[in-house]
Amino acid sequence: MNPFSSSTRLRDMIRSIRACKTAAEERGVVRKECADIRASINENDPHDRHRNLAKLMFIHMLGYPTHFGQMECLKLIASPGFPEKRIGYLGLMLLLDERQEVLMLVTNSLKQDLNHTNQYVVGLALCALGNICSAEMARDLAPEVERLIQFRDPNIRKKAALCSTRIVRKVPDLAENFINAASSLLKEKHHGVLITGVQLCYELCTINDEALEFFRKKCTEGLIKTLRDITNSAYQPEYDVAGITDPFLHIRLLKLLRVLGHGDADASDLMTDILAQVATKTESNKNAGNAVLYECVETIMAIEDTSSLRVLAINILGRFLSNRDNNIRYVALNMLMKAIAFDDQAVQRHRVTILECVKDPDASIRKRALELVSLLVNENNVKQLTKELIDYLEISDEDFKEDLSAKICSIVEKFSPEKIWYIDQMLKVLSEAGKFVKDDVWHALIVVITNASELHGYTVRALYKAFLTYSEQETLVRVAIWCIGEYGDLLVNNVGMLGIEDPITVTECDAVDVIVDAITRHNSDMTTKAMALVALLKLSSRFPSISERIKDVILKQKGSLLLEMQQRAIEFNSIVERHKNIRWSSLVERMPVLDEATFNVRRAGSLPASVSTMAKPSVSIPNGVSAAPLVDLLDLGSDDILAAPSSSSGADFLQDLLGVDLGSSSAQSGATPAPKASTDLLLDILSIGTPSPAQNSTSAIDLLSTADMNNNSSTALDTLSSSAQPHIATTASAGGMFDLLDGLSPSPSKEATNGPAYPPIVAYESSSLKIEFTFSKPSGNPQTTNVEATFINISPNTFTDFVFQAAVPKFLQLHLDPASSNTLPANGGKVTQNLRVTNSQHGKKSLVMRMRIGYKMNGKDVLEEGQINNFPRGL
Amino acid sequence: MDRLMSLCVPSLNLRMHRSLIDSLEIQSCYLLSEHSCLASGFGSIHFVLLVSRQGKVRLTKWYSPYTQKERSKVIRELSGVILNRGPKLCNFVEWRGYKVVYKRYASLYFCMCIDAEDNELEVLEIIHHYVEILDRYFGSVCELDLIFNFHKAYYILDELLIAGEIQESSKKTVARIISAQDEMVEAAKEEAGSISYIIAQAS
Repeated sequence: MNPFSSSTRLRDMIRSIRACKTAAEERGVVRKECADIRASINENDPHDRHRNLAKLMFIHMLGYPTHFGQMECLKLIASPGFPEKRIGYLGLMLLLDERQEVLMLVTNSLKQDLNHTNQYVVGLALCALGNICSAEMARDLAPEVERLIQFRDPNIRKKAALCSTRIVRKVPDLAENFINAASSLLKEKHHGVLITGVQLCYELCTINDEALEFFRKKCTEGLIKTLRDITNSAYQPEYDVAGITDPFLHIRLLKLLRVLGHGDADASDLMTDILAQVATKTESNKNAGNAVLYECVETIMAIEDTSSLRVLAINILGRFLSNRDNNIRYVALNMLMKAIAFDDQAVQRHRVTILECVKDPDASIRKRALELVSLLVNENNVKQLTKELIDYLEISDEDFKEDLSAKICSIVEKFSPEKIWYIDQMLKVLSEAGKFVKDDVWHALIVVITNASELHGYTVRALYKAFLTYSEQETLVRVAIWCIGEYGDLLVNNVGMLGIEDPITVTECDAVDVIVDAITRHNSDMTTKAMALVALLKLSSRFPSISERIKDVILKQKGSLLLEMQQRAIEFNSIVERHKNIRWSSLVERMPVLDEATFNVRRAGSLPASVSTMAKPSVSIPNGVSAAPLVDLLDLGSDDILAAPSSSSGADFLQDLLGVDLGSSSAQSGATPAPKASTDLLLDILSIGTPSPAQNSTSAIDLLSTADMNNNSSTALDTLSSSAQPHIATTASAGGMFDLLDGLSPSPSKEATNGPAYPPIVAYESSSLKIEFTFSKPSGNPQTTNVEATFINISPNTFTDFVFQAAVPKFLQLHLDPASSNTLPANGGKVTQNLRVTNSQHGKKSLVMRMRIGYKMNGKDVLEEGQINNFPRGL
Repeated sequence: MDRLMSLCVPSLNLRMHRSLIDSLEIQSCYLLSEHSCLASGFGSIHFVLLVSRQGKVRLTKWYSPYTQKERSKVIRELSGVILNRGPKLCNFVEWRGYKVVYKRYASLYFCMCIDAEDNELEVLEIIHHYVEILDRYFGSVCELDLIFNFHKAYYILDELLIAGEIQESSKKTVARIISAQDEMVEAAKEEAGSISYIIAQAS
């Protein structure tokens, strides 16, 4: 603008930036321009402001920081000329957002401009306010905007209406002030004003019940008439889009009718005719028409029951679904999900088409279709649908397999008619997409397998066969080695053959080969290797003839780089060595049947947090509580007792001493679920030592006839920790056993003592919300604590947009995982979220946390804050 | 309409793709969980984005609050997703619980982000409406027009959308309001020009 100015023009700057050949060169140009702009800002020459800001906006779009130009926007807005104001407001909207405090400084200028004599200046101010105003500004300027809704020029009226929608979104309390003004807009003829007026009414209805009632009573008929007029209107070139007069207005009107009709039979009745007319008369060969039909179907599905209309809606969706246009099919899939709620049968008719969509090359369509299919599944069609999906799993894209396999698993789990079918389908999924399957899914599979005793032989043989072909699928390998470890003898002896099976011959060597394959493969992860090691130990007792070979394999793991593996290898090796002498039957016998109900409860609780399954068999197992101190205590006496096993009756001696039969008591306590909920079930599965100490403690108490004793090992454990006498008794028994493991170091046992010692706490409780924390420590890292926070809605209202935020002092580090959901259903709805806290002053200071919770209840924002001081000591 | 679809590819703009946005460091935020940062939005359109096929941002407009950091992250993520989609797929992408409706016109992708339950087909119409108005204003608009006159593209968008809602369904009305404002700017320029001419004469 200024002929004397030395700086480059905007156009020249854009050219020179575009001429850059490398990113570095571009940075150079931008740096130079920014320096010029800063210098020019410091000179404070009003003539250059306009150009500087334009340049800054371009630089901003390229992604460079431009905060130093923010004040220039304010100066331009405050200047009298229209060009300056225009660019100033543009810069304000582009460079600032509503959270910046600079924005507060502009409130006064905005107020002046809203009262400006030039309507275009008023328009600029309304536009800026509508796009970026904060709650404070909304409060300050609401009266001006409300007045402008009645302005003489339609251009201002429509802008004021949309500006009001933003204001009432920011400050719902202000909604009442706008009701009258909004209803006056509904009588307008100008399309722009009408569209924005309808939008404002819609907004008011969604946030304010009074407004909803008001519009329902006063405006429903008027709106229906407007919609009828526009639908029947003759060709209007100004508003015509592909044969439809103003589809935007159509859509807004239908949307508003939707909220008016929802939950009100009278209003719904009134609009039946016009909805039927729109649904039947609208041209559906162009996108604009389909957009209107979409909205019409939404409205029909939302208003009170008028079944003939719903048939119409379903038919439209059916037509959409068979459309060749991908967009329309996507939309149809999306809407059919809602339609299931009131007409399942009608949607089922399209099952074949929907299944085809699962195989679509378009990822968006596949995802929608898969969601829809999972809603369509019921007891009758589960077999057929699962077959289709699994067949497709074989050929689907790699990146879709994760979603697809997760869906299949959840369908199979939910609707499986019989166990053998469930096992078959799961094996198919594991074979095809085992590396994508989540931990809890294969854990569940193992639980089901242990419960299906008549299928053990069948399952282990099927797994063996699958392993030979699909050994690269990690989770399949895990399940296979677990089952071979448990049921290896059934595999070799072809026990429990079903009629449908082909007989196979598997030697003991073959079975061990599989495990060796898994343990030696370099890409097997720690969990798999640890499971393989346990399986080997178990097989050593099942296959006495090749126990030497097994011992060699175990010994090799002594050289493992993983401490855990090393330690286990040494322990297991000494166990195997003593095999011949001692009847270790109870240690390596089959796992007791796992309790499905307990597992499901636990799984539901920890679902979003994939529990770390690093195998730490005896370290963090709940039952280890009793065992751990025992080892320490026994250290002194170890030499004496060590002598015992060397005599052939060593174990007998122990059992005799206690006067119990280990075998039978294992059945008792085996049926009891693991006592503490803090550990994963898998750890129980892996923990070979588990049953023994638990039983012994029970039996020890039996022996001493302490009060309130029963077969429930968890109560027994509680008694154990509190009373000293049984303690000693168990010491003798469990200690004897543990000593046989020779090298059991005291350090992990220390942790085992700590492990479950942290009781869950109620971290926060208000009238509507309760927060519970449960703790666990990843072994090997005492500074870190995993906290699982459970948020429980104890109010009768649903919370939405739930956000939990936490802050900790400097000596702590906090990491938050995403919450399982941001919606808490009313009356006991739960959301869980995992936190990881690292305490750099572990042992000196205990945890402390401040937290803030925000959510919406009945459309209102609620904020709760608090400090959590009641963490257990020593975390 | 064909003329529009063939928004011409500027021959100057043949540089290879390199995203400047990538060079911005995005630090992960430990104190607040990540998804809490995203706007707990309302309104039909959360933001509008114009990205060239090379991943260059040509226009951004945010109707829900996003910090600068989030903005560059969103742009980077989305342009990655959208530019990589094949030609015959549907125009919708599901992203972080929202939906992004996009449409390609020649070398430019027009993207608008809406809530999961909003009308995607209507947003496609809004995009097309905007492109038609741009086309009418610039006369066969091409990417270069939008680069050198990016502020005009913003002015037009502001006459079409406020607070993420559509404000005018008539292309003619938008054109009329824009040209009235352009005339005011021209008039002010002439006036300033004549004043500076007088000053120049006097000195």
